[in-house]
Amino acid sequence: MTTETTSLAEQFKRSGKNARRGTFLLVLPLLAFLTITFFLPIFNMLNRSIEDATIADNLPRSADALRSWNGKGRPPFSAIAALADDLARAHREGTIGRIATRLNFERPGMRSLLMKTARVASTFEPPYAQAFNAVDLQWSDPEVWGALRHASASYTSGYYIAAFDETRKADGTRVPRAEEEQVYVMLFQRTLWVAFLVTALCFVLGYPLAYFISQQDEKTRHLLLILVLLPFWTSLLVRTTSWIALLQTNGILNDGLAFFGGDGARLDLMHNMNGTLIAMTHILLPFMILPTYSVMLSVPPALTRAAVSLGATPWTAFWRVYFPMTLPGAAAGGLLVFILALGYYITPTLVGGRSGQLISNMIQFHMQTSLNWGLAAALGGILLAIVTVLYIVYARVIGLNRLRLG
Amino acid sequence: MAEPLHNTPKDKAERVISRGYAYLVLAFLVAPLLVIVPLSFNAEPYFTFTTKMLTLDPDGFSFRWYRDIVENPQWLEAIGNSLVIALASTFLATVLGTLAAVGLARSNMPFRDFFMALLISPLVVPIVIAAAGMYFFYSSVGLAQSHLGIILAHTTLGVPFVVITMTATLSGFDRNLIKAAGSLGADPITAFFRVTLPLVAPGMISGALFAFAASFDEVVTVLFLGGPEQRTIPRQMWSGIREQISPTILAVATLLIIFSSLLLLAVEMLRRWHAPHAQLPKR
Repeated sequence: MTTETTSLAEQFKRSGKNARRGTFLLVLPLLAFLTITFFLPIFNMLNRSIEDATIADNLPRSADALRSWNGKGRPPFSAIAALADDLARAHREGTIGRIATRLNFERPGMRSLLMKTARVASTFEPPYAQAFNAVDLQWSDPEVWGALRHASASYTSGYYIAAFDETRKADGTRVPRAEEEQVYVMLFQRTLWVAFLVTALCFVLGYPLAYFISQQDEKTRHLLLILVLLPFWTSLLVRTTSWIALLQTNGILNDGLAFFGGDGARLDLMHNMNGTLIAMTHILLPFMILPTYSVMLSVPPALTRAAVSLGATPWTAFWRVYFPMTLPGAAAGGLLVFILALGYYITPTLVGGRSGQLISNMIQFHMQTSLNWGLAAALGGILLAIVTVLYIVYARVIGLNRLRLG
Repeated sequence: MAEPLHNTPKDKAERVISRGYAYLVLAFLVAPLLVIVPLSFNAEPYFTFTTKMLTLDPDGFSFRWYRDIVENPQWLEAIGNSLVIALASTFLATVLGTLAAVGLARSNMPFRDFFMALLISPLVVPIVIAAAGMYFFYSSVGLAQSHLGIILAHTTLGVPFVVITMTATLSGFDRNLIKAAGSLGADPITAFFRVTLPLVAPGMISGALFAFAASFDEVVTVLFLGGPEQRTIPRQMWSGIREQISPTILAVATLLIIFSSLLLLAVEMLRRWHAPHAQLPKR
C-alpha cells in the first residue's frame, strides 16, 4: 500500500518534471539563438574593457621585466635592455603599429615616440638608457615607463579609469585628467539629464493627452489612438527627417518666424541640444501615452464621481483619487522612456550637432573612428550597467507583462 | 453620458483648455509627419516650402523626386535589400519568438520571469552596444558584410516584439478549449489547426508585423555590420541626411509613411478580429 502511494507520488513528480522540461524545450531555441547572436557577443565586447594582452604578447620580455617594477623611481635596467630588444623585433615583424596604438591609449604621444624609437632600436648598444634618451628625451620621464608598465598586464583597469576622466601615475595613483580632456563623466551626466528631461516632457505632454483620450466615447478613442500610434509605427529616420525639415535654420518653422519677424527672428533649433530634446520627445511620447492610457481606462469613473458627491471639488477628486490610481501607468511609461532615451544614438547624431551628442555617440566614435575598442567597451559597460539596473527595477516593480505595444 | 456634476463657466473653461491642450499635443505628434508629404512634391531642391508652393501654383509642384527613386539603381537596390532582409528576419523572429512564447505562457515554465526578461532584453539594450558586440562576433565568423549577418542581427532585434505580443495573446488563451476539442473527437493536430491557431493567429501576425517594421527601420546594425552590398532603405536615408541632402529622401519618407499607416491599420484590424475571441468565458 505505502509502496504504491510512493511510486504514484514519484510518478506524478516525474511527469511534472518531464512537462517542465518540455516547456523549457520550447524556449530553448530562442534562448540559444540569442546567446550566440546577442549575449555572448556583448559579453565578449565588454571583455575588451578589462582584457588587453597586446603588450604582454608583443613586447613579452619587457612586459615581464616591467611587471616586477613597482613604478617608483627609475625602471630596472633589465627592462630597458629588454625593451630595446623587443622594439627592434617588433619593428622587424611589423607589429609595432599595433603596440604603438595601444600605448597611445594609455598615454597620448606614445605612438610617435614608439614608432621613431623602434625604427632605430636595432642599433642600440649599452648603456641602453642613454641610447633611448638620445632618440627622445621623453624616455627619461618615468611616466612614459609607467604607461608601459600599466599596459604590460594582460588585465587592465586603465580603460575604466579613463572612462571616469582619470589617469594613472607610474606608481598607480589615480589623478584627474587635464581639464580639456575630461569629457566622459560630463557626457554621462548629459545623457542622464537628457533622458530625465525627455521623460519629464513626455509626462507633461502625454499624461493630459492620455487622460483626454480616455474620457472620449469609444469611437473617438479609437480614432485618436490611431493618431498616437501613427508616429509610433513610422520609421525613426522618417521622423528625424521631418524634424530636420521643420527645425533647420532655413526650415519651415524658421521660415515662418522670419516671415513675421525678419531674419533676426530665426532660432537655433537644430544641431544643438534643442534638436535632440524635441525629436527624442516626439519619438518617445507614444511609449508614455500607451501604458498611461490603458491604466486610465481601467479606473472606474464612479470613483471620482463618488469623491465629488462626498464634497470634494473636481480638482481634489482628481489629485487625491484619480491621479494616484493612474500613477502606475505613468511610472511604467516614464521608466521605459528613460531607459530607451539612455541608449539613443540616431537622433542625437542627425539633429544634435556637437552640443547635443550623447554617450552612445562617443561609444560609436571609439568603435569606428579612434578604434580605441577598450575604451568603447568600458563606456558601453558603464551604460549597460545603468540600463540593466533600471531594467531590473522595471521587471520587478512594474512587471514585464505591462510592456504592451499599442 | 451622464451630465457632469459641475457645470459652472469655470468648469467649461477648464474643459476647453484641456481639449485645446490635447489637440496641441496630437498636432505635435502628427504634424511633423504630415508636413513631409506636400514637401516631397517640391519642384525645387529645397527642404522648405517655396513661394510657388504656398500660392498653390502648379509649377511649384512636381513628381521629380519620385521619378528620382525609380530611376536611381541605388534606391531600387536598397528597397530590394530591405524587403529581403526584413522578410527573412521576420520569418525567423516569428518562428523562434512564437515557440518561446508558447513555453513562457505555460504555468510550469521554470524561472519564467527571468527568461522573459532575457528574451525581451534586446529591446532595451542600447543599440550601439549591441551593434558593437555583433560587429566583433560577425567579423570573427565571417558574416560581417553579408546579408545573412544583417538578417540574424535583425532577427535578434525583432524577437522581443513577437514574444511580447504572443505572450499577451496566449495569456488570454483558455487551454480548456483544446481539451474540449479533444473530448469532441479532434486529434491534437486538428485541434491545433482548428482551435489554437485561429485564436492566436492575430497576435502572431501582429508580432510579425512589428518585427517586420523593426527590421525595415533599422540602421545602426547595418552601419556597423553592412558593406556596400547591404545598403537598405534606412541606410540610404541615413547617408542622404548626412551627405547629399536631397528631397528624394522626402519622397521616400512619404512612401514610408503610407507604408507604415497600412501596417498600423492592419494591426488595428487584427486587434478587432481578435477582440470577440478574447471575450470567451475564462476559467
